[in-house]
Amino acid sequence: MATYILQRLLQSAGVMLAVSVAVFFSVYGIGDPIELLVPPQAGAAERLELIQRLGLDQPAWQQYLTFMGNALHGDLGRSFAHGVPAVGLILSRLPATMELVLLALSLAVLVGVPLGLFAGLDPHGKPARLILACTVVGYSLPNFWKGMMLILLFSVLLGWLPTAERGETVTVLGIRTSLFTADGLRHLVLPALNLAIPNVALVIRLVATGTTDLMTQEFVKYARAKGVRPRRIVGRHVLRNILIPVVTVVGIEFGSLVAFSTVTETVFAWPGMGKLLIQSIYQLDRPVVVAYVMLATFLFISVNLLVDILYAALDPRVKLTGGAA
Amino acid sequence: MTADIETFAKTAEANTPLRMQVLRNIRNRPTASGAAIAIAILVLLALLAPVITPQNPYDLASLSVMDNRLAPGETGMTGITYWLGTDAQGRDMLSAILYGLRTSLLVGLTATAGALAIGSVAGLLAAHFGGAVDALLMRIVDFMLGFPSILVALILLSSIGRGVDKVVVAIMLVQWAQYARLMRAAALVERRKEYIEAALNFGLPTRHILLFHLLPNSIGSVLVVASISVASAITLEATLSFLGVGVPVTQPSLGLLIANGFEFLLSGQYWIAVFPGIALVLLVMSLNLLGDRLRRSFNVRGP
Repeated sequence: MATYILQRLLQSAGVMLAVSVAVFFSVYGIGDPIELLVPPQAGAAERLELIQRLGLDQPAWQQYLTFMGNALHGDLGRSFAHGVPAVGLILSRLPATMELVLLALSLAVLVGVPLGLFAGLDPHGKPARLILACTVVGYSLPNFWKGMMLILLFSVLLGWLPTAERGETVTVLGIRTSLFTADGLRHLVLPALNLAIPNVALVIRLVATGTTDLMTQEFVKYARAKGVRPRRIVGRHVLRNILIPVVTVVGIEFGSLVAFSTVTETVFAWPGMGKLLIQSIYQLDRPVVVAYVMLATFLFISVNLLVDILYAALDPRVKLTGGAA
Repeated sequence: MTADIETFAKTAEANTPLRMQVLRNIRNRPTASGAAIAIAILVLLALLAPVITPQNPYDLASLSVMDNRLAPGETGMTGITYWLGTDAQGRDMLSAILYGLRTSLLVGLTATAGALAIGSVAGLLAAHFGGAVDALLMRIVDFMLGFPSILVALILLSSIGRGVDKVVVAIMLVQWAQYARLMRAAALVERRKEYIEAALNFGLPTRHILLFHLLPNSIGSVLVVASISVASAITLEATLSFLGVGVPVTQPSLGLLIANGFEFLLSGQYWIAVFPGIALVLLVMSLNLLGDRLRRSFNVRGP
């Protein structure tokens, strides 16, 4: 186990290095940030001073080495537009994004697993076919348009929920969150729902196919022959086996949810790190874009590692010798 | 009795060519055949857009700003009845949507074809040569697949700029890896078969074996997955254009139309954002439904 984790950590370091090279040099190609940063009335001397202060007069490879040197000390540069360290800026927006992502993932599991089980137990029944048809709609709707339609329905037409922004927040354990205020939760509903819908659909389909497959397996037949109650067969034997692929998918989808939160945050004017990324791209704020990608990569890698370890812990073949699945 | 009928049906099924089975499979399913018809209609409308639309919505001279934001069904100063209303620049939404569909289909098909070509070649090379080539290519594939496509495309486009061609390149870059992985898996199975061994023993050139033996026999599952990927390529283009890094504002795109309609949504002028979205959903959903049916008919699992 320890060797495995060590090996994975080394691989992850390699990936981080590759990402840093790829993103640094591709972002380096973006326009000239000086045009945006220098006020039009500034003189040539002022302009030159700013270029030197930001290190933009150095050749690209030297800028990269400086960047990497600083990165190893946890410094990914200062935002051109905000004048504060990029890492701090992104981390200050992290809680807002994590609220959305974690709520969306919880929704996906809490709604997706029961519905998927239900559909998978009787895959040819009318309700199951209706649920499965809805999942096709769920993952076909483009994220940004679906968000607007949610706003149109629940905010403009019905007037139940706010259209945008984060609402009231409170500080819990040093983190600003909107999970504990009524106003905050009201603001959270639509964006979290928008982010969750494709994943709810994905989990439903995954669980439904898995359940249908499992119900024909020998160990389920055996349990049934032994007279085990159906509720116990589903709860104890089927559900456990289903959870393994669900955990994997949740791990993989975590990354894409963080990425897709850029779209949802743009639609709902949600002040998270995704919206910051889009703004930074518009403003040619290179350090923030680079820092975002580095931090996001770090996040994806950590979660993937965690999921793989969890996977080993959940797999009954590891715990029970000769177990089914 | 029923068992007999079932056996009979199975034998009959086994004796029909696969192509016919798949066609029948689609025709017998109302959703799949509905999706096929919807795709055909949308493609036809997109192809005929310059002929059937009342105005060219991207020719500024033919637009009348006086007609801006008219509700669906109203008739404007120019005498055109705008069945789906107009946008802030007085553009007929119906015409704009049909032109947008052209871009969607163009981007979806070319990006998928390009990604398919790159991915197939990479997968074939990895399967055929194995060893270091395989290891290197598959590490790159793992690396690419580890990142959400939207993020890679977003960062890439932010550095190379906007444009239909650039969007195609970005989508190709995020999609080729899945084909490479599928192609490699299929080609590894094929490679162990005797006809490949025979071809190798005949001393046929590697390129010949790869292109005329391995490729045609391994590409089936890859093509089926490609049919679903067209839908995700189209969605990706719309999303990137919506975010302002995709198609430039002077060119038609459903994503841009929806983005422009967003600011008027809150004041109840719903049609600018709603109708292009419905067209997009119709196209994407039909492609997904048809692709899903194809995948099941050919019994292919996704990447």
